[in-house]
Amino acid sequence: MSDILAVAREQVLERGEGLDQEQTLQVLQLPDDRLDDLLALAHEVRMAHCGPDVEVEGIISLKTGGCPEDCHFCSQSGLFASPVRSAWLDVPSLVEAAKQTAKTGATEFCIVAAVRGPDERLLAQVAAGIEAIRNEVDIQIACSLGMLTAEQVERLSAMGVHRYNHNLETARSFFTNVVTTHTWEERWDTLRMVREAGMEVCCGGILGMGETLEQRAEFAANLAELDPHEVPLNFLNPRPGTPFGDLDVLPAAEALKAVAAFRLALPRTMLRFAGGREITLGDLGAKKGILGGINAVIVGNYLTTLGRPAEADLELLEDLQMPIKALNASL
Amino acid sequence: MVRDLPAPVGAGVFNVYTGEPAGGAVPTAARLGLEPPRFCADCGRRMIVQVRPDGWWAKCSRHGLVDSKDLELYR
Repeated sequence: MSDILAVAREQVLERGEGLDQEQTLQVLQLPDDRLDDLLALAHEVRMAHCGPDVEVEGIISLKTGGCPEDCHFCSQSGLFASPVRSAWLDVPSLVEAAKQTAKTGATEFCIVAAVRGPDERLLAQVAAGIEAIRNEVDIQIACSLGMLTAEQVERLSAMGVHRYNHNLETARSFFTNVVTTHTWEERWDTLRMVREAGMEVCCGGILGMGETLEQRAEFAANLAELDPHEVPLNFLNPRPGTPFGDLDVLPAAEALKAVAAFRLALPRTMLRFAGGREITLGDLGAKKGILGGINAVIVGNYLTTLGRPAEADLELLEDLQMPIKALNASL
Repeated sequence: MVRDLPAPVGAGVFNVYTGEPAGGAVPTAARLGLEPPRFCADCGRRMIVQVRPDGWWAKCSRHGLVDSKDLELYR
């Protein structure tokens, strides 16, 4: 059998054709002593097919906690004994968060709510927030508000939301181990409608929730089929009180292999470092990931947990001579 | 000095990350500076916490609000 990295060099780097599920599995199964070669190839693929720019994004929780869904990784589910309490952010605070995000050089600001899907109250708050941000801050606005109806998709598009995040979270075959209150297919339907409405699709998930390597490869193939504009890669940060609260953090080498494997499966997709990277990879891992296929980052804090200081990531990008994607390149 | 910090994080009676009596183990993520406080250090109540891109605030219904910006004054 041919060496998978040699195959990937010819197929992905030279022809621009992503690895299929079986090939992705072979990459995930590579021994740790091939990790540096794998990361180097993933970096070459990223530079060849995406270029050197890195998209920087900030996120904010507009509505925290009290979610009726049972996503087993999530501290914001109202069904678990999590210490996270419900909170709503007012519009002036939302605008201030957008301003602080823009100051970092970020071109994206994602407004997130812990809900099954938005109700009228939430949509009104989102509309007011977007209008207020647009009046004061030069930044692109994305949203993540759960599952949508066709009418809600149209309304968000009309508000000027240019990208919508809705994660499939994991492989289709593993989804029922993670969520039981809605289906993978319901999530897929929202993503389909978002794309049809002309918004950019942002869809990723969380690695390290107990899925097998086969299922991790399946997840990469699921995403390749969806072909989103952006894939945020999170790593499980076990939250106290949740069903996954006692799972181990993914080993760093395994996480980095997954980053590179997803790059080889999705050569042209924006691949974003998201939550859990600090605890899974540490500072050194952040650098290795950005030199191993990643071309976008969430800077600063997350929804309910804290991240590296934005300055640390921005300094790293400067050291690596990777320019932050400019706003006019996003338009 | 810890006792100079606002009560919800500085009272020293309860662990702000676990809600257990102070002196117990601090979770790894908290030790790495990756967690906001969740429980009032004075009374152990769960606090309402809002994380922002550049900080957080936490509010105890009895002991008031503390903002991460305020804590920088104590560094």
